[in-house]
Amino acid sequence: MKITDETVSHVAKLARLWLHPQELSQLVPQLNDILEYAAKLQSVSLDGVEPTSHPFHEVNVVRSDVPRESLSREEALRNAPDQDQGMVRVPAVLEGGGGA
Amino acid sequence: MNYETIIGLEVHVELKTDTKIFCGCRNDSKSEPNTNVCPVCLGHPGTLPVLNERALELAVKAALALHCKINQKSKFDRKNYFYPDLPKGYQISQYDKPIGEHGYIEIEVNGETKRIGITRLHLEEDAGKSMHAADGSHTLVDYNRTGVPLIEIVSEPDIRSPEEARLYLEALKSIMEYCDVSDCKMEEGSLRCDANISLRPVGQTAFGNKVELKNMNSFRFVQRALEYEVERQRERYESGEPVIQETRRFDEATQTTVSMRTKEEAHDYRYFPEPDLVDLDIDDAWLERIRAALPELPSAKRSRYVNELGLPPYDAGVLTSDPKMAAYYEAVIAAGADAKQASNWVMSDVSGALNGEGKTFAECPIPPEHLAGLIGEIASGKISSKQAREVFKLMWETGKSAAEIIKEKGFEQVSDPAQLQPIIDEVVANNPKSVADYKGGKERALAALVGQVMKATRGKANPTLVNEMLIEKIKSL
Repeated sequence: MKITDETVSHVAKLARLWLHPQELSQLVPQLNDILEYAAKLQSVSLDGVEPTSHPFHEVNVVRSDVPRESLSREEALRNAPDQDQGMVRVPAVLEGGGGA
Repeated sequence: MNYETIIGLEVHVELKTDTKIFCGCRNDSKSEPNTNVCPVCLGHPGTLPVLNERALELAVKAALALHCKINQKSKFDRKNYFYPDLPKGYQISQYDKPIGEHGYIEIEVNGETKRIGITRLHLEEDAGKSMHAADGSHTLVDYNRTGVPLIEIVSEPDIRSPEEARLYLEALKSIMEYCDVSDCKMEEGSLRCDANISLRPVGQTAFGNKVELKNMNSFRFVQRALEYEVERQRERYESGEPVIQETRRFDEATQTTVSMRTKEEAHDYRYFPEPDLVDLDIDDAWLERIRAALPELPSAKRSRYVNELGLPPYDAGVLTSDPKMAAYYEAVIAAGADAKQASNWVMSDVSGALNGEGKTFAECPIPPEHLAGLIGEIASGKISSKQAREVFKLMWETGKSAAEIIKEKGFEQVSDPAQLQPIIDEVVANNPKSVADYKGGKERALAALVGQVMKATRGKANPTLVNEMLIEKIKSL
């Protein structure tokens, strides 16, 4: 995969980052270098090797379904830049924009 | 031209756990806003999620109940998007290794069983609740629901009508209730449904452009929104206009669907394996333990009611739709009541009275043994079915047994011919016209005579016996 100006602009937009045109022209070759370096792995034969999503062999780390203390509302909202009626107040968002 | 409707449904079900999926905050989104939150579910830097074992087991249980193949090796992935109700900037979900795949639900359409495929069932965390100010000036966010365990159940595009969509949802809800994995209250948001719908000319294999429908807060609205959409899309095709692939919202006030303009790149979620959680490996023994805990599911119960209890399929369907109703019914017959009589009482009188008071079968003021007792009193001829309605009402109000009420109120049916004979004689003597009509072939005239006897005995006479005795008497004239 070749990284272009468009790829970087698109990803930056998704991440809500504003890039100066100068930063963009710096990032494109850097990201291509990184991908090229990682692409060396593609030459390794992986026949019969299960895909790995973690460097650890541990599986099934779970907790039992037992409640524990939550934060107080005051504490929970302490970092919110704005609040109203015990809720976090944010700029108006489009209804249904979420993905869940 | 004739069009075929293609519908697929995406259902989110909140799991009934005590705590959230990745932290120990209470799973209770109805508390005061932002009181069930902690650094983990608020996405504070440096915190780590730990999976709730119960949530995993409920998801596996639900997947088994939907006949899914279980991916014993499973994992979580990050779904990246920005929205204020998602404090981490990503949702922990499952992408390529969902808990379950390739399942199905069976529905009854026009007396035939139809199988609707389940593409996948995966486990994920819920987002918070946003309240948008009416004037559009701002949005308020409550994070109590953030991190509540959810399963997302995606159907195959096998549904062919809005009615089938409703039947699928009803069946799904019933299965989830039987497994006790969720409250499934659509009005409270513990079961939510989105729909994909497209039309194509009959015979065409390629799908038409699909429309995603959101904001349907009841099964009825799902059906209504889909019905509207079928007509809207058909009209567009017939007038030569294309159907635009988009998301539309159901508007309750107008009962129509309205376009929701969303940003194009919103679907670029850049999934990748969740680095903060290790993989899952559900071994055979664990899977079998969960399977063993599965209750008898509605479809199996339905066929048992038909095959073993001899109930009509309609009765079996109604009784098994709600696990609480089925449990109540089974307790009534366990206490000795006739299966069909019990079915009649449970489906009509009990169900109707409960609906009237907004109660569930678990809250029924008449215990199942008492209902069985009442059915027994009718079967033995002690009271007539008309009297039984009265007794039922008093049982409901007082919580007393049928026998107690019959004794207290003197409801006992008169089945002694010696007691009834003088009344029969009198009624026949006083109603020569009805007697003549009956003799002249008017069968209905007998009912008037029976009515007279019932009146004279204040409803206590055994109507079957009265019938017989009247016919006997008239014949002997």
